[in-house]
Amino acid sequence: MTAALRFDPIRLPEKCEQLRKEVRAFLAEEIAAGTFDPHKPNREDTDAPEFSRRVGAKGWLGMTWPKKYGGQERSFLERYVVTEEMRVANAPTRRFFVADRQSGPVLIKYAPEHIKMDILPRICRGEICFAIGMSEPNSGSDLFAAKTRATKTDGGYLINGTKIWTSSAHIADYMIAIFRTSPPTKENRRHGLTQFLVKMKQPGIKVNPIGQITGQYEFNEVVFTDFFVPEDHVLGEVDGAWKQATSELAYERSGPERFLETYYVLTELVRAVGPNPDTRSAEGIGRLVAQLHTMRRMSVSVAGMLQAGKEPVVEASIVKDIGTVWEQQLPHRVRDLAAFVEETATNRETLERQLDFAIKTAPKLTIQGGTTEVLRGIIARGLGLR
Amino acid sequence: MAESDNIVVETAEKIFADLADPQTINNDKKNSWQAPLWQALSEAGLPLAWVPDDLGGSGASLADGFALLNAAGRFAVAVPLAETMLAGWLLAQAKIASPDGEMTVLPASPKDRITIDADGSLSGRARGVPFAKAAKHFAVLAHGKDGVSIALVDAGKARIESGLNLGYDHSDTVTLDKVQPVTIKVAPDGVDQTNLMLMGGVARSLQIAGALESMLDISVRYSNERVAFEKKISKFQAVQHNLARLAGESAAALAAATSAADAIANATSFNDEVYLEAASAKIRCAEAAEKGGGIAHQVHGAIGFTIEHILHRYSLRALAWRDDFGSESHWAVELGKLVASRGADELWPLVASR
Ligand SMILES: Cc1cc2nc3c(=O)[nH]c(=O)nc-3n(C[C@H](O)[C@H](O)[C@H](O)COP(=O)(O)OP(=O)(O)OC[C@H]3O[C@@H](n4cnc5c(N)ncnc54)[C@H](O)[C@@H]3O)c2cc1C
Repeated sequence: MTAALRFDPIRLPEKCEQLRKEVRAFLAEEIAAGTFDPHKPNREDTDAPEFSRRVGAKGWLGMTWPKKYGGQERSFLERYVVTEEMRVANAPTRRFFVADRQSGPVLIKYAPEHIKMDILPRICRGEICFAIGMSEPNSGSDLFAAKTRATKTDGGYLINGTKIWTSSAHIADYMIAIFRTSPPTKENRRHGLTQFLVKMKQPGIKVNPIGQITGQYEFNEVVFTDFFVPEDHVLGEVDGAWKQATSELAYERSGPERFLETYYVLTELVRAVGPNPDTRSAEGIGRLVAQLHTMRRMSVSVAGMLQAGKEPVVEASIVKDIGTVWEQQLPHRVRDLAAFVEETATNRETLERQLDFAIKTAPKLTIQGGTTEVLRGIIARGLGLR
Repeated sequence: MAESDNIVVETAEKIFADLADPQTINNDKKNSWQAPLWQALSEAGLPLAWVPDDLGGSGASLADGFALLNAAGRFAVAVPLAETMLAGWLLAQAKIASPDGEMTVLPASPKDRITIDADGSLSGRARGVPFAKAAKHFAVLAHGKDGVSIALVDAGKARIESGLNLGYDHSDTVTLDKVQPVTIKVAPDGVDQTNLMLMGGVARSLQIAGALESMLDISVRYSNERVAFEKKISKFQAVQHNLARLAGESAAALAAATSAADAIANATSFNDEVYLEAASAKIRCAEAAEKGGGIAHQVHGAIGFTIEHILHRYSLRALAWRDDFGSESHWAVELGKLVASRGADELWPLVASR
C-alpha cells in the first residue's frame, strides 16, 4: 500500500530549461518596464490585464490544451516551469491563473463544443478571468451541504442563493459554480449538485467585496437573484457534480503555488544575512532550503504523474498538506532567524515589509483550496482507513 | 526505482524476507540469524554491489545499489550491508580490490580526521563508526601531504572501543596508531571527506526512508486491528490525521532520498546541485525520522514501547542513522553557508536546477 506513495525523481526535460530561460527573460523585461515589483508580494490584489495578454501572446496560457482551442499541446512539465517562475517572481497572475489551472480543463472535459470554441481561445489569449463558486456561507469543507438553487425554467435555469469566499469574482468574466438541482437522496448525500458555467457582470448577480486581514480585497460574496443560466451552460451530468468537482482538485492541489506563496521571505532572509552567516542563521537557512527542495521534488513528481495520465489524488493531497503547512510556517521561522541580523541603515527594510505581509497572509494558506483537516481525511482514505 | 523491474532489489528482498524477517529476528535473543543472513547476502554479491567485477565485486550500478539500501531500510537490516557497500565503493574509487567479509568505512563523521604519517602509516581517531566491531577490514579516507588517499586497513590492527547506537547496533570508536595499511593509493580528483560524508549520508537517508515506509505500513495495519471504545482506532479522526501526517513524512523522506540517489547516480561530480540534493536528503530524512517515528509510537500505544514488538527496530534505527556521516544539524549549517555564499538571487536558480 505504501508502494502507491512513491514520488519518483522526475527531472524536467531539456526543453523545460530552455523555456525557463525564456520566461525569466520575459519577466525581467516586465520588471524593467515597471509592470510589477518583484519585491512587493502583493500579487493577490493586483489586476494586470495587459500583462495577462502579453503572457497569452507568449503561448503560456492553456499550454497543455488542444491546438484547436488555442492551446499549445505542450506538457504539464512545461506548464509547471512557467507557473513556478511566475510565482517566484511575484508576477501578477491573478487574472489568468484560475482559468489556466482549473476552469479551462473543466470546460474541455464537460462543456459543449460551441462554448469551448468560444471561450477557450480567449483564455489562451489572456483576455478573460474565471472564478470558482463552490463555497457557501454554510458549506465550505462540507461541499455537499451547498444550498444555492438552480430551478428549471424555459430554456435554462434560475439561480437563487449566495456563494462566498469567491476569489476574483469582482473582476471575473465567468464563474464555474455548483448549484443544487435536486435534494440529496437518502443513500447519497452527494447527489443533486450540478456544475454550471455562469457569465458574470449581468443583472441578477451582485458581487460584494470582502476585506481580508492583509488589508486587501481578493475574495467576495456573490448573490444570485433569479439569475438566468441557459441550458447549454450545464457542465457535465445534471445532479452529478460531486464526481466532477473532486477530480478537478488534483490539479489545484499539487502545483508550485502550493508551497511558494511566501517564498520571497526566504530570499530576503538570505539577502539580509549576507555571505557569512553565523551558525544559527546558517543552520536555519539550511533546514528551510532542505524543506523547500524536498517539497519541490515532490511537486515536480506529481506533475510527472499528471503528464503520464495518472490521477495522483492522494499524492497531490500530501503535497498540498505538507506544502501549505510549510509556507505557513516559513515567515515565522524567517522572523525567528532574522531576530539577530545586525541592523544597518537599509538591510532589513525589504525583509521587514515582506515579513509583515507574509505573516498576515499565512493564516489563509492551510484553508484555501481545501483545509488541512479535509486533506488529511483524503490521505487517510487513500491509506485505507475509511 | 520501482521494486518490480530491479533484479538486485528483488534478490535482496527475497533474502530479507526469508532470513531477516523483523519479527523472527526480534524474538531471537542469540542473534543466530546474523551469520546465515550475511552468508546469503554475500553469495548474492550484494555487500560488494558497488565494486566492479575486476576489483572483486558484482558491478551493480549506483542506482541499483541505492535502491537496495532503501529495501534494506524497509527491513531495518542490522548487518553491515550499507557499510560494506560504502567501503567497497570508496576502495574502488582508488582501484583497490575489495576483500571478502564485513567492512566499514572511516571516518564516519565529518569532524574526525585520519592522517598519513611520513612512513606511510595511518593515525587518528574515528568516532561513531558503524559496525567497526564486526568488520574484518576498514576502508579509510586519510589526509597526507600529497592530499587525500584511500586505504585498506586490517581491522585487527586498530584499537576499537565498543559502543552502541540508539538502535543497539555497534557504533564504535576506532583509533589508528601508526597502522600500516594493506594498500594505500592517492584518491582521484573529486573524492574527499565531504563527498564521502555526502555519499554515506544519502545511504543513510535511503535507509531512514525505508524504515519510515515500514513504520507507516505497520502503523496502518495496527490501527485497523486495535479496537478501543468499541471501534477500530483507525476510525477515530485524530488517529487518521496522525497517520496522514506519517504518510506525508514517509513520502517526503522517500522523495528526498530517492532524488538525491538519482542525482548522485547521474552526476559526473559532486557539484553544488548534488550537494543540495544530498545534504537536503539527510536533513529532511532525519526530521522525518523524528516526526514520523513519534507518530508511529503514538498510534501503537504501549505495545509499541515493548522490546517484544518490532516497531523499535525501525524507529530507533531511523533515529540512530541520523547521526552517521554528519547529523542533520551539521548538514544544515553547511548547506546554509553554501546558500549564503552564493547569494540571495542564486537561491531559486539552485533549487530550480534540480
Ligand atoms: C483566501 C481564500 C480564497 C478562497 N477562494 C475560494 C474560491 O475562489 N472559491 C470557493 O468556492 N471557495 C474559496 N475559498 C473557501 C475555502 O475553500 C473554504 O474556506 C474552505 O473550504 C473551508 O470552508 P469554511 O471556511 O466554510 O470552513 P469550515 O468548513 O467551517 O471549517 C472550519 C474548520 O473546521 C474544520 N472542519 C470542517 N469539517 C471538518 C471535518 N469533517 N473534519 C475535520 N475538520 C473539519 C475545518 O478543517 C476548519 O478547520 C477561499 C478561502 C480562502 C481563505
